[in-house]
Amino acid sequence: MVDLPLSNDRRMKVEEFDSGKMLAHAARQAKDRGYKNFPIIDIDSHHYELESFDQILEYMTDPVMKQLAQMANSGNSKGVGVMPGGVGYQDMGGRVTRYPLRRIEKGEPGVHRDVSLTRRWMDALGVDIAVLFPSPMLQLGLHPQVEAEVALAWAYNRWLCERVLQEESRIVSMLYLPFNDPEESYKMVKEFAGKKGVAGFMVTSVRYKPVHHNSYMKIYALIEELGVPLAFHAGYNWNENSMTLMNKFISVHALGFVWYNMVHMTNWVLNGIPERFPKLKVIWIESGLAWLPFMIQRLDNEYLMRSSECPGLKKLPGEYITDMFYTSQPMEIPRDMSLLEATFKCIKAETQLLYSSDYPHWDFDLPSTIYDLPFLKEKAKRDILGGTAVKLFKLNINGQKLAKVA
Amino acid sequence: MAEVFVARVAEFPDGDRRIVEHGAHNIGVFHWQGQFYAYANMCLHQGGPACEGLIMHKVEDVIGPDKTWLGQKFSDTEVNFVCPWHGYEYDIKTGECVPDRRLRLKSYKVVRRGEEIYVAV
Repeated sequence: MVDLPLSNDRRMKVEEFDSGKMLAHAARQAKDRGYKNFPIIDIDSHHYELESFDQILEYMTDPVMKQLAQMANSGNSKGVGVMPGGVGYQDMGGRVTRYPLRRIEKGEPGVHRDVSLTRRWMDALGVDIAVLFPSPMLQLGLHPQVEAEVALAWAYNRWLCERVLQEESRIVSMLYLPFNDPEESYKMVKEFAGKKGVAGFMVTSVRYKPVHHNSYMKIYALIEELGVPLAFHAGYNWNENSMTLMNKFISVHALGFVWYNMVHMTNWVLNGIPERFPKLKVIWIESGLAWLPFMIQRLDNEYLMRSSECPGLKKLPGEYITDMFYTSQPMEIPRDMSLLEATFKCIKAETQLLYSSDYPHWDFDLPSTIYDLPFLKEKAKRDILGGTAVKLFKLNINGQKLAKVA
Repeated sequence: MAEVFVARVAEFPDGDRRIVEHGAHNIGVFHWQGQFYAYANMCLHQGGPACEGLIMHKVEDVIGPDKTWLGQKFSDTEVNFVCPWHGYEYDIKTGECVPDRRLRLKSYKVVRRGEEIYVAV
């Protein structure tokens, strides 16, 4: 039972929580819109790895780091002292009730909790395959000890592969790379490439090493050779100097989740990385879409005046940007829908945009955010919701609908 | 027009809500400060169960006579219910979406017959 504190000192007791019931309207949408007729692939979803932190730490090989982390996790403040945690109010004071109530949600007996809870929301949304990412680890790139990022990344990836990805084929991941240590990141790609459920590799964007640094080139070359995508997953950091000027979480979230991807994309494109790795498939995750017309216009305009600074480019920056892939969430729904339509056209959404829910985070998007768009034809809707991802990740689902849609 | 039974008044305490279904109608009924209100349980954003979320007093800024910001408080009078999916807030007395009052949930007439509460659909 959970006793939720409400406004003006009221309280509310909640006995049980089932995300399947909470998402009943989503299941209705899936039925009404005929999602059973085509695949839906979700390129960005999450679990809460600290719920399984004891299990994850069993996979840590550094004995001293392992003991420090186990002790930190054994007290009342799970993970504090190990995982860099930022101030933030994702749950809106509990208004997004799945945050405080998740702790009382029960999984299926005999099934790993992450598998059970993930399948539950996937079926409700009509999602066949989900790319699963961690949550607090999105800020692990801020850890002041590089060796801690490395140790946690190894432990998490080993645990994820053995305990989650092995158990459920509908759940895959692009594995976390400890990018503050290029050598260890390279070893990690070598170690996990080709393992069941490893669909690619992911860099959390909140970090302070430039993506064009020479030490990363052999990682990009290896991932390009493997033919799997490399993703940059956005995040926020309220301790960033410019972000400390803001006094509200909405402000930090709205700008932060775009800012780091803007920085990395600028470096990526203007240093000619796409020319050096022309077959490397790159996905930019969770920055929404509105930033892209800005980036294309801004970089193209300046490049035409200052091309001498960017000799590695053979075409306009914006043309590289529209060669890359983007996840849809959190898709901005403007008052003037012609802006969104223009954005879709600008980024070649019909071939480059990949549906993502970001479930269970507070600003998740249902497949209907794509399916209900009035300016898309049925084929484009289906490609964005799953068809493009099936090709990009070479998913072999043989036209089967894996989600349990009524 | 049909009348759908919601609850006996004695079993529907002030501050609580009930969800009732009738055909395609999915309706949230609120009992708040002696009054009953009923709205479509379908968020205008992405279709979430708007009436099933927390009931929260509106957050207000406290601005001093010199226009300085002095802090925040919960309203004594304005109360919202919050869609649990994403946090869209609706005025419990009108069904208006608080951040954009041009948007409003479909409302239903609440009928009291003796000690029983019904909604007309």
